[in-house]
Amino acid sequence: MFTVASEPLDGHVPEGPLPEKWDSYRDHLQLVSPNNKRKFEIIVVGTGLAGASAAASLAELGFNVKSFCIQDSPRRAHSIAAQGGINAAKNYPNDGDSVWRLFYDTIKGGDFRAREANVYRLAQISPKIIDHCVAQGIPFAREYGGLLANRSFGGALVSRTFYARGQTGQQLLLGAYGALLRQADRGQVRIYPRHEMLDLIVIDGRARGIVVRNLVTGAFSVHLAHAVLICTGGYGNVFYLSTNAKGCNVTATWRCHRRGAYFANPCFTQIHPTCIPRSGDYQSKLTLMSESLRNDGRVWVPKKPHDPRPPNEIPDEERDYFLERRYPAYGNMVPRDVASRAVKERCDAGYGVGPTGMAVYLDFRDAIRRDGIEVIRSKYGNLFDMYQKITGDDPYQVPMMIYPAVHYTMGGLWVDYALQSNLPGLFVLGEANFSDHGANRLGASALMQGLADGYFIAPYTVGDYLARSKPEAVDASHPAAQEALKEAQERIRRIQGVNGKRSADSIHRELGMLLWDKCGMSRSAKGLQEALEGVRALREEFWRNVRVVGLGEQLNQNLEHAGRVADFLEFAELMVLDALHRNESCGGHFREEYQTPDGEALRDDENFCYVAAWEFTGVGEPPVLHKEPLKFEAVPLQTRSYK
Amino acid sequence: MSDQRMRITLKIWRQAGPQARGEFRTYRLDDVNPHMSFLEMLDVLNERLIAQGEDPVAFDHDCREGICGMCSLMINGQAHGPLKETTTCQLHMRHFRDGDTIVVEPWRARAFPIVKDLVVDRSAFDRIMAAGGYVSVNTGNAPEANTIPVPKDTAEKALDAAQCIGCGACVAACKNASAMLFVSAKVSHLKLMPQGHPERQRRVLRMVAQMDAEGFGGCTNTSECEAACPMGISVENIARLNREYLRAELCRES
Ligand SMILES: Cc1cc2nc3c(=O)[nH]c(=O)nc-3n(C[C@H](O)[C@H](O)[C@H](O)COP(=O)(O)OP(=O)(O)OC[C@H]3O[C@@H](n4cnc5c(N)ncnc54)[C@H](O)[C@@H]3O)c2cc1C
Ligand code: FES
Repeated sequence: MFTVASEPLDGHVPEGPLPEKWDSYRDHLQLVSPNNKRKFEIIVVGTGLAGASAAASLAELGFNVKSFCIQDSPRRAHSIAAQGGINAAKNYPNDGDSVWRLFYDTIKGGDFRAREANVYRLAQISPKIIDHCVAQGIPFAREYGGLLANRSFGGALVSRTFYARGQTGQQLLLGAYGALLRQADRGQVRIYPRHEMLDLIVIDGRARGIVVRNLVTGAFSVHLAHAVLICTGGYGNVFYLSTNAKGCNVTATWRCHRRGAYFANPCFTQIHPTCIPRSGDYQSKLTLMSESLRNDGRVWVPKKPHDPRPPNEIPDEERDYFLERRYPAYGNMVPRDVASRAVKERCDAGYGVGPTGMAVYLDFRDAIRRDGIEVIRSKYGNLFDMYQKITGDDPYQVPMMIYPAVHYTMGGLWVDYALQSNLPGLFVLGEANFSDHGANRLGASALMQGLADGYFIAPYTVGDYLARSKPEAVDASHPAAQEALKEAQERIRRIQGVNGKRSADSIHRELGMLLWDKCGMSRSAKGLQEALEGVRALREEFWRNVRVVGLGEQLNQNLEHAGRVADFLEFAELMVLDALHRNESCGGHFREEYQTPDGEALRDDENFCYVAAWEFTGVGEPPVLHKEPLKFEAVPLQTRSYK
Repeated sequence: MSDQRMRITLKIWRQAGPQARGEFRTYRLDDVNPHMSFLEMLDVLNERLIAQGEDPVAFDHDCREGICGMCSLMINGQAHGPLKETTTCQLHMRHFRDGDTIVVEPWRARAFPIVKDLVVDRSAFDRIMAAGGYVSVNTGNAPEANTIPVPKDTAEKALDAAQCIGCGACVAACKNASAMLFVSAKVSHLKLMPQGHPERQRRVLRMVAQMDAEGFGGCTNTSECEAACPMGISVENIARLNREYLRAELCRES
């Protein structure tokens, strides 16, 4: 099914003690002289937290930047939807937090499948992110004394999460968007909204540009640069139903993969425990109820299976607060993978509630009694409103019903310490890279990582690359550029030419159901084998039977979607294969064959303590597995326990 | 809650491109689930159109959680439909009745040209923001975050304004197609936060100049914008914008 490369993959982690690595790395960077910066063009694909912050920061330094996104405005990138908050090791509450503790929690939360040096750097940078965002005028929540407020998120025993009601992502993104527009106003950035990247241009082994399609006119064009930054977010929508925005896709990263960039740990996907359950088969997406709600909400099911009574009529002694029962130390604040599995376990055992039995309660009764309704409203008002709009129920009166849903993808393009892919000149930031979260991301850490990558890491490492490599001038007539352009056009024409009977949406939905079933919250070798076959069959079905209506030379959303589904169908096979090859359970990757007697994930550090970075060899062809061994020197490998 | 299926008649504005002539077309759906969102109902319609080989209805959307500001739609003449403080994507069919006819149009404003069907071009908003909707601070030189305390109430008020999603409902709802609520939300946010003070004057002058250049209309205080705003942004912000503008003008002249 795959072959294994003989050489281990090198993450280029600098020498020296962990706390000094990033400083010493920066001390030895090569710099581009101020006058030369304007000679360099940098392409940044994506305007989420990672892309907008990177584009703005590089432009501030004097580089020429082109910024691309698929929405009608950079401000609408999916980061806008992040609700709960952003972590930083400020230790403002004086509750014992530190860079070390944030590092430690993240390594442990990721179930020992992340690179120590990256995670330490992330924790080190985190306080500066808050400083910068405050300087941008972001209205974070404050205490009465006027200083910044914090709350807790899962997987931590300290309060280190900064927030702006349930709209933290929105406020952070609007800050980064402002910074981006400021550079556009100065002429240092050119912004291309409603443009979709459809291919990467590789010349002499280096990333040198992209092919894009203007989504309004359908016109294709080639953009060349000295470096390309991919900040296109995660691939959670491969499952069709997820908490991601509808436009989230794998196309940009998958196209890079097809051009030689390794894809790392694609099977590490995060299922978030607290989402609004689905209500029908027309369902187009699932809505997250922020993890911050678990600060005050208690998760429970009735002790009697199939109990028909309404929740408020079930007395306390007949309720099973199963997270508090199973994990007394962390209680409702266990990490997401642990909480999700516990919810699934109760529902599968027949204790689930609601019309489908696939839900549990998230109850604020005790918090409202303790703090009063106004305090709860001020913390979570917009989330409660959103819940009520969608379900028609009032969570101040009756407990919310929640169920896990696909939320985040830890896997992504492989990058080294400099956030550079194995293809020189290709940098990958934010959720699009395989990043710092190992096999499970802690809440409020994605915003932190996206902004660390964009504001504080890429501006250094991209400059260093440009100073060292001095890429030569190329123009759009270069055969590699023309070939990529032709292939992208050809692919769109092929999709339009199938002229079958099924919409791309219906095929996408079927793919999602297959993956949720067999490569979702729990996985087995048998199910994954079936999924492999299922994915291949669906891919054939797509190319034989998809129907796309309308022209290619204008806004055509069903053509756009079909192109993305075609890529999901190729990517899904790799995701399933990765899950099948990883014969252990860790973080969000739970293989039924590998669990402890009490149902906890059973890691195999002997054989799987590595990053799995896959090299493309052709659609449906066996890929090559490159292993980057993970060494745990600062935090010795240990069994994760939240009991 | 009732799970009874609903029959809905849709009159939807169809327009092939920016220059093409548009018209209303009527579609009937007999099997609408009241728990569906409005956009899910349009998804169902589009699936049917694709099956029939007809061009599906183009409409903007992305997060479907009421926060990205991508969805739009005039629904029965109301921006984002009948529900207060609710975007189109968060509007559910249970708020309509079996047998209803619903008229669906794009935002209509000179500064928002139609791209196709229900999709409009709102890039004017980005250009207004580029004229000053930020604090000019480069990465790397920020002081420690708690250096400047900000009273809790001030931060909350700033957030009330800053939570604008930039959807354009305010413009669509206004008979003058004025963008005052949008501009005032950003000006207020950065006026309230101390970090915004150094650029107060320049910001308001430049943003208002850009707003005028884009062809938005003037404000005649009818407050339709506030009523249509899915985030409940108050027209108090417009009063604050006017004060800021006046103050900046006075400073400029002296
Ligand atoms: C509902 C929800 C709530 C969340 N809440 C939190 C939270 O509270 N705290 C936290 O830390 N994390 C949270 N997360 C996770 C976090 O929001 C994301 O991981 C993060 O915002 C991703 O940022 P990004 O910059 O990497 O990508 P995105 O914000 O996804 O941006 C992707 C960009 O790439 C562009 N793009 C994509 N494909 C293409 C293409 N082919 N061509 C051109 N452009 C393209 C898009 O237009 C967009 O601009 C949440 C996620 C969800 C779904
Ligand atoms: S789709 Fe994002 S606000 Fe409606």
